[in-house]
Order: sequence, then C-alpha cells, then structure tokens
Amino acid sequence: MDRIPILKFGDALLVTIQVDMHDRLATALEEDLTGKIVSASAKGVLIDISALEIVDSFIGRMLDNIAAVSRILDADTVVVGMRPAVAITLVELGLSLSGVKTALNVERGMAMIQQRLDASGSKHGDDDEE
Amino acid sequence: MANETGTVASLVGANEATILPEWLDLQKKAGALQTGRITEAELATQSKEFLHRLRDGLAKGGNDISNAAYQPVRDMLADVSRSRAIQGFSPSETATFVFSLKQPLFSALNADKTLSAAQTAQLIWAVTLLLDELGIFTLEVYQKSREDVIVRQQREISELSTPVVKLWDGILALPLIGTLDSQRTQVVMENLLQTIVDDEAAIAIIDITGVPTVDTLTAQHLLKTVAAARLMGADCLISGIRPQIAQTMVHLGVELNVISKATLADAFAIALRQTGRAVQRIKAADGDKPKKTREQGE
Repeated sequence: MDRIPILKFGDALLVTIQVDMHDRLATALEEDLTGKIVSASAKGVLIDISALEIVDSFIGRMLDNIAAVSRILDADTVVVGMRPAVAITLVELGLSLSGVKTALNVERGMAMIQQRLDASGSKHGDDDEE
Repeated sequence: MANETGTVASLVGANEATILPEWLDLQKKAGALQTGRITEAELATQSKEFLHRLRDGLAKGGNDISNAAYQPVRDMLADVSRSRAIQGFSPSETATFVFSLKQPLFSALNADKTLSAAQTAQLIWAVTLLLDELGIFTLEVYQKSREDVIVRQQREISELSTPVVKLWDGILALPLIGTLDSQRTQVVMENLLQTIVDDEAAIAIIDITGVPTVDTLTAQHLLKTVAAARLMGADCLISGIRPQIAQTMVHLGVELNVISKATLADAFAIALRQTGRAVQRIKAADGDKPKKTREQGE
C-alpha cells in the first residue's frame, strides 16, 4: 500500500499530499505522523494540500484529528495551500477546522511555525519581528 | 365543429374591410398607442397579419388552438407579446390585443342575415372560447418573457456587484452591495478565494456598507465566507456595519466572531498594522492629502 512520505525539516515535519486521499491512506498518514512527531520530537507539522482537489468529511476530520493529536504531543499543525473549491466544500460540510492553523503557502506556514519556536524556545525573536 | 369555424373563417374573410378598422379603433380607444411605444402603422400591420393568420387557422384547424393549423397564429401572438413585454407594455394592454377582437367579430356575425339566431349564438360561443384561449396563451408568453428579463437582470446584477479590490500588497477588499442570498454568496466566495490565491493575500476586508439588512441568514453566509478564507490561510475583517444594523444584529443574537470595524478605513489600518506597515504623515499640517505608507522592516 502507498504511504505518504513525511520529511523532517529542522524542528518541523513536512507532509506534502500529492495524490488523492482515500480513507486508508488517510488513516495510515495519521498513524505515521503521530509516531514521527514523537520519534523526531517535532514542534511543528506542516501539511501541504495544494495538490489535493477532492475532500470529503472523512479527510476533513482526519485533518482535525491530526491537529488535535499533535497539539497533545506539543506540536503545531499548519495546513497550507488549500484550494478555493476545497475550502468551500469543507465549509459547506460544516467542518471549519477551528483547531487547525492555516497559511497560504509553505513559505508562510514555515514562518508561522518558526515564529512559535522563537517565541517558546529562546526569547530572541520578540524585539525584531518580521 | 370544423363547419362552425369554417363559417366564421369565411365571414372574417368577407368582412375584413369592416372588422379591421373597428378592431383598430377599439385598440386605440383602449390606449394601445397612448404610450408611444408602437406606431399606428405598426399596429395596423400587426392586426391585419393576425386577422389573416386567424382566418387560415379557423378554416383548417377547427376550434382547437393546439392544432397545427394555428401554429402561425401562435407564433405571431408569441412574437407580439414577447416584444410587448420587452417594450414595457402592461399585461392588460398586451391581452387587449386579442380580447378587443371579440366585439368586431360579434357584430360581423350579427350583421350576417343568412344565419339563424340559434346559429349566431352558437358561433359567438365558439369564437368566445377560441379568443379566450388565445388571450390566455398571449398572457402566458408575456409572463414568461417578463420572467426571462428578470432572470437576466438578476444575473447581470450579481456579476456586476461582486468585485474584489486590491488595496495593498496582500490586502484585499470585498465591497458587498445588495442583499446576500445563497446564490450570491457562492459567487462572492469563489471570487474572493480565487483572488486570495492569485494575489497571495494575507488579509481580506469584507465591507458590508452596501448590504441593506443583516439577518441570521446573511450573517451565516458571511461567516461561511470568513471560514473558507481562513481555511485558505487568509484573515478576514468585516467593516461597514451601520449603527442600525449593529443594533438589529444584537437583537437577533447574531454573533460574527470576527474582527469587525465600523469603517473600511479602520479595517484597512488594522490590516496594515497586521502586515507590519503603518500610515504616516510626511508633511506637517498642510491639509489631509500628503499621506504615504511607510513599510517597516522591509
């Protein structure tokens, strides 16, 4: 069975979803990611869904679950690059993913995670914010 | 039946010279020309053409207007009422075109001495039924044409009234004008989200100065748009809530749960601050014009 690769990127994990998600792939990703957060002691998870064209309520819930799990494990989840059609579908499904942070692209998502790392780890970043 | 209408057909043919002027007179009396939307010559041509087609229909089609022989009559009526709907005739003005034909036809029937009283009554009844059906048909086409006009206008309005404006790098404004229904929300949402992607905008300001009323449904539509924009990674601000609307919203128990500002200018200031910019006066106390944005940290 296919698995979605999880890349370690500094203190963050980067997941790029390039294929259409089906339910088993989503469950597998959820498990892999949980394990990886612990083993890599990651502080942030970046999920890039810019290639995802179809979502259903299951995938939407999966994103919510990942965010909840990683929050428990002290990592921030940022979902980036959601397409307009996907956003409209999720809203119509009643899934506003309130626990998930969002950003427009990977660059800004990384900046968000970095900001949080700066704020919590060392207090250097505060006086010179970008 | 075919005999009855056949008689009427030959009668119409024979008495056209008296029926037509009487009919035209009646139409003029009813005010067909008053508004100046149609000229007398046009009306005369229309009436004459209709009378000819009706005669042919009567001769071949009996008293059933769905008969193929009445096709020319129906086509003509459809044309006439469609053009009148677009020209702005009222429904009664349009229907009068057909109904006013009754009187001249009846007097022509009465004037025919070869018919017995019973026959005349029977023929009048047949003609009444037929003209009533034609009149109803005219009104149906008229109504449909009016609806088409309304649908087209609605579409044009919804296209016109949902522009997304770029205020600054990464700051978009969406000035909403008119009532927000589900269909328009869909168009607005798609427009806004697509522009967020295209411009890589971080903040979108939804200005509802032009929205006349905000009820629970409108608020829900607004919230949907805000939620969708948030999912894409853009923040939404709402501005332009008028005092009365704010009161109504509180009375209705509507909560927006987003940053809202009274005016677009206030929202724009917040947006600039959130993206690390500020507006600064560069010339001292010389009117309000010379203002310029200074970009900090860049």
